[in-house]
Amino acid sequence: MEIREDLRYTESHEWVRVDGDRAYIGITDFAQSELGDIVFIELPELDVELMANEQLGVVESVKAIADIHSPVSGRVIEVNTDLEDSPELINDDPYGAWIAVVEMSELGEIDSLLSAEQYKNFVENQ
Amino acid sequence: MTLKRTPLYEQHLAHQAKMVDFAGWEMPIEYQGIIAEHKQVRAAAGLFDVSHMGAIMISGPQAEELLQLLVTSDVSTAHEQQVVYTLMCTEDGGVIDDFIAYKFSSDKWLLVVNAANKDKDLNWIRQHQLPESQVDDASDDYAILALQGPKAEAILQTLCPDDLSRLKPFRFLPESTVAGRPALISRTGYTGEQGFEIYLAPQDASHVWQELLRAGGEDIAPIGLGARDTLRFEAKLPLYGQEIGPDITPLEAGLHMFVNLDKEKFIGQDALKQQAASGPPRRLVEFEMQGRGVARSGYPVQKDGRTIGHVTSGSYAPTLEKNIGLALIETAYAQAGETIDILVRKRTIPARIGQGLFYRRRRRAKK
Repeated sequence: MEIREDLRYTESHEWVRVDGDRAYIGITDFAQSELGDIVFIELPELDVELMANEQLGVVESVKAIADIHSPVSGRVIEVNTDLEDSPELINDDPYGAWIAVVEMSELGEIDSLLSAEQYKNFVENQ
Repeated sequence: MTLKRTPLYEQHLAHQAKMVDFAGWEMPIEYQGIIAEHKQVRAAAGLFDVSHMGAIMISGPQAEELLQLLVTSDVSTAHEQQVVYTLMCTEDGGVIDDFIAYKFSSDKWLLVVNAANKDKDLNWIRQHQLPESQVDDASDDYAILALQGPKAEAILQTLCPDDLSRLKPFRFLPESTVAGRPALISRTGYTGEQGFEIYLAPQDASHVWQELLRAGGEDIAPIGLGARDTLRFEAKLPLYGQEIGPDITPLEAGLHMFVNLDKEKFIGQDALKQQAASGPPRRLVEFEMQGRGVARSGYPVQKDGRTIGHVTSGSYAPTLEKNIGLALIETAYAQAGETIDILVRKRTIPARIGQGLFYRRRRRAKK
């Protein structure tokens, strides 16, 4: 299982890549591996304002359905529509297949997310 | 409660299976991934551990008479070494279980039943037992492998002295061997492909499992219960608890060909005759999603905002590469071409009822 050093994580298995005030959000390698083959994704609407931990979308594998939560507060400014036709990209490259970009309204929230090390410990104790 | 393990548990771990609780059994849900495994079976061959299935032996001079009373099909016409798919109903026509029954002789039948229903089945059968019949739980006597796919026969033939090309669908060899071990072999399965089910003494299971994987080389892989479900679904084979169950009759589920209303007597016959005469209030229909979304078992089906039924099974179909489903809906709407709405997380997604949407394997050319 891959955990990237340069990302932040949540206990619900989302990752965040910070670029200025933009947060790229996806699901972790652990999450995609637990879900198995992903066959469907429901993306958020553009311009929607989300609070941290609010539902961002849904991924469905052959056998399971999982909500994706936004780790941060802000406005959805971009969604990865490639995933609508090829949701399996999340299995193939979980850290490349970002799901949405949120323009963060509270940059400080990033500090409360898990570091790579903390997420690794969290997953190992699952 | 401790989960039960099949004799192949160690083999599953050796193949890095993801294990889950299935009807009280610790079973492999997937090895390399459900879609890859599904395609493996359609393209070449797959090996399944289905040892969790229940086995019930009915024996004695009145064995066949007892079975005839219990099931919807006419088993008196079955030949020795024939396998019959049939259903067992309550008086009101609801389904207790569906299973395949192996006829060794008129005084020896082996029923292979759903793991989750075995105890219920045994109780029901014993309630109706006849004086000269014996009913035994034979589940621990067998490990069961399923070898399925277009290359199944070629692989099994390398390990079996009997000529398998002569074994017809729904027939079995009661005393064959596989890799030198005694085996019952039937040409049966639950995938929509050709293939076999192999009954072994539990202590022989690991040896035969390994030999089959070795003999098949790149053409074979172990397949988990996840792909077993997508394969059976894509081939429109019913699953107990979804397409059929205590409150769904075989006629509603479209299983008319397994119900013989004209046989002398079986439990549920009167109710099913009545339903056949008046027409079932609900029908099982095939549908294809028109909008984006996956229909799942239990999702409501609506028409003009009113609920008219529910999805019994729904999934992405890996071979057909589309989202399809089966739904039990009010008969008035059960027409090909009709549009229905599937309620997915509080949103409705349109679907179109069709026929022939599901997978049918291409038959081999006649020799």
